[in-house]
Amino acid sequence: MPRSVDLTAVVPYADHLDDGLVQLSFTLPVPYSLAARKAALELAGKMGFEDPEVVHYQQLTDGYTYFVMYGRCVQSIDFTELQGDGFDIEYMSEEEIERFAEEQVGRAIVVVGASTGSDTHSVGIDAMLNLKGYHGHHGLEGYRSFRTYNLGSQVPNSVLVAKAIEVGADAILVSQTVTQQNLHVHNLTELVEMVEAEGRRGEMILACGGPRVSNELAKELGYDAGFSKGTYPHHLATFIVRELASRVAAG
Amino acid sequence: MSNSKLGLDPGVVSACRQAARQIAEQVSEQVAGRTTVSVERSVTRLLGVDGADSLDVPLPNVLVDHVHDRGGLGRGVAYWIGNAMLQTGRTPQQIAESVSAGELVLTELDLAEERAIHTRVMEECAARLKDISGRFEERRAMRERLGDSPAPLRYVLTATGDVYEDVVHAKAVAEAGGDIVAVIRSTAQSLLDYVPYGPTTEGYGGTFATQANFRIMREAMDEWSEQHGRYVRLSSFCSGLCMSEIASMGAWEGFDNMVNDALYGILYRDINIVRGLIDQRVSRMINGYFGVVINTGEDNYLRTADAIEAAPSVTASQFINHQLAHESGVPDSQIALGDAFEIDVPVRNSLLYQWAQAQLTRELFPDCPVKYMPPTRHMDGNLFRTHASDTLFNLVTIATGQGLQTIGVPTEGIFTPHIHDRVLGLQNVDYVFNAAHDLGEEIEFKQGGVIQTRAQEVLASAHVLLERIAQTGLFRAIEQATFGDVSRSVDAGRGIEGIVTVEEGYFNPVVELMREVSYA
Repeated sequence: MPRSVDLTAVVPYADHLDDGLVQLSFTLPVPYSLAARKAALELAGKMGFEDPEVVHYQQLTDGYTYFVMYGRCVQSIDFTELQGDGFDIEYMSEEEIERFAEEQVGRAIVVVGASTGSDTHSVGIDAMLNLKGYHGHHGLEGYRSFRTYNLGSQVPNSVLVAKAIEVGADAILVSQTVTQQNLHVHNLTELVEMVEAEGRRGEMILACGGPRVSNELAKELGYDAGFSKGTYPHHLATFIVRELASRVAAG
Repeated sequence: MSNSKLGLDPGVVSACRQAARQIAEQVSEQVAGRTTVSVERSVTRLLGVDGADSLDVPLPNVLVDHVHDRGGLGRGVAYWIGNAMLQTGRTPQQIAESVSAGELVLTELDLAEERAIHTRVMEECAARLKDISGRFEERRAMRERLGDSPAPLRYVLTATGDVYEDVVHAKAVAEAGGDIVAVIRSTAQSLLDYVPYGPTTEGYGGTFATQANFRIMREAMDEWSEQHGRYVRLSSFCSGLCMSEIASMGAWEGFDNMVNDALYGILYRDINIVRGLIDQRVSRMINGYFGVVINTGEDNYLRTADAIEAAPSVTASQFINHQLAHESGVPDSQIALGDAFEIDVPVRNSLLYQWAQAQLTRELFPDCPVKYMPPTRHMDGNLFRTHASDTLFNLVTIATGQGLQTIGVPTEGIFTPHIHDRVLGLQNVDYVFNAAHDLGEEIEFKQGGVIQTRAQEVLASAHVLLERIAQTGLFRAIEQATFGDVSRSVDAGRGIEGIVTVEEGYFNPVVELMREVSYA
């Protein structure tokens, strides 16, 4: 008789249901030694792992030791609480988006995007906006229903906002690819503040994306949505057309 | 080319070289008669000016701006320094300090006879270059004594933002077999029209390239090298708006390699084309003169353009960059042309296409070390898949005999690598380089097979592209988004205001002295 998952108390799955095994790796700034190994085991215990095991450890340089470990996680999550609104992933295809936009919006949707601040990487914004897109998915430039402006990288927030106002943008997209010490949070917050200061927050959809950006973080910072790794242009387009349509409907 | 594994047509290859020569000559003509504020600042640096004023403005900027504001830069900053040396008996550094203190206005001094000024500056500059050359000789001796690693050299990037953390990461890299450590610059440094002064502990996506930071890294790596009996090289970035200044600083601090490609800044940092190419010419001259290996940036095109479609533009750019480097006096053994393993993962036979491109680069430039770059663009955060891609990348590197390889790290595309990520990357390299050590010598490619055909097609398309660029000129080609799908126009871009038209009597002692040697 196969056991079924208890969705009110989910733990990680490795080999058997409810074994709770988790892989972790980290470096400690201590010399390579048996004491270092012991330190890693105790630390994993403090993290809440039971039966921690060091499967590999090595010296990186004097005073630094790297560990690969396993441990059994005894914390669990009630998955049944995480159902419902906001958790369903349902995207439209490019064709469906075009049709939806035509019917529900009925005019060109203007999108302005940039990689802002000191970030020199345009790879994210290019993947979303440029015709070529990413992995065979067109960027928004290739959609009939969108008119796009890709300002590239290292764009000051003020320039991005000015451009958005100039062209009457329906949505602003901000990309933050490389960041350190939460620089992206500062950059993203500044943009929201500027849009608000211009009194345009209500007219524009604000979305941000990047490897360190999540939907949760984005909303916390005052954006309408955030997109992380694995996002394709049609994911973003789905969000924009739906959001815009609901705003149009709301008048 | 008689022993080409790819069955390349020597006629096409020499036609490519011919076209690239034409293109490079046109570029030289188009940038002639001009200098830039950063070229002039590098002259002051090579005359011994260093330090910063109370507002942290570097003295080379203070001095060059001082002359430029008074309309004198068309004569070259050397002219005014030389005159001030004769009139005041002070050294260039003392002159810079006096100017900074507002005690001296260079353009208001009595003017000595031009011949005398020239002679005085040339003497000073020659002595300074001799000092630097002496340091390089010592370094060469140290490298020979400690032993240099065989190619492919393992080039590893660190980027913590804090130079003292970079030292720790660099030591871990060295311990794991890294041959060259490159400290990535803080993001946005390329757009600063000055080089920050002093050690720095805050940067984003990298650590500021400053002379003090260079020195801290050099000392740490020299110490490690002596302790462990293996020489570790250092690299940085002669790119952005201060290409030639960073070349001067790197030379003084004994750096071994430098990323040195104007096209990168032009395409991806929107630096003006003319500004970039003038700065590149002088920075390459300095690197060439002191034996520093330069890395070019063709690999970057594949981050913004498709690796399969854009392959001919990479090859064409290698031909052009090779010629431009020659024009600045850099010998083949110091030109590490860029190439990358960037074909998307799901492409069938992608390994064969990568192999074809890597082998093609080797065969076209057999005496250049080549800088081969790991997969980045399509690495999606699944670090285990990235590690697998890096394994194939390492295989192609060793089997095609690349001179220099930037190692891949499993966490590519997630964050700047953590200390152990690089070690994992280097362990992968070790395994593959050892396991497939002589594979390249065992391999011949099937006549008319996928690899030969691909390489021949790329070369043929590169040839068409080069002929077209030779007709239109490089500037027009850049305008037409030939490289990396990015378009830049000749009369726009950052740093354009720093271009200065030279006047009758202009001279640049650095260029004069280096040309004498390179073209003797």
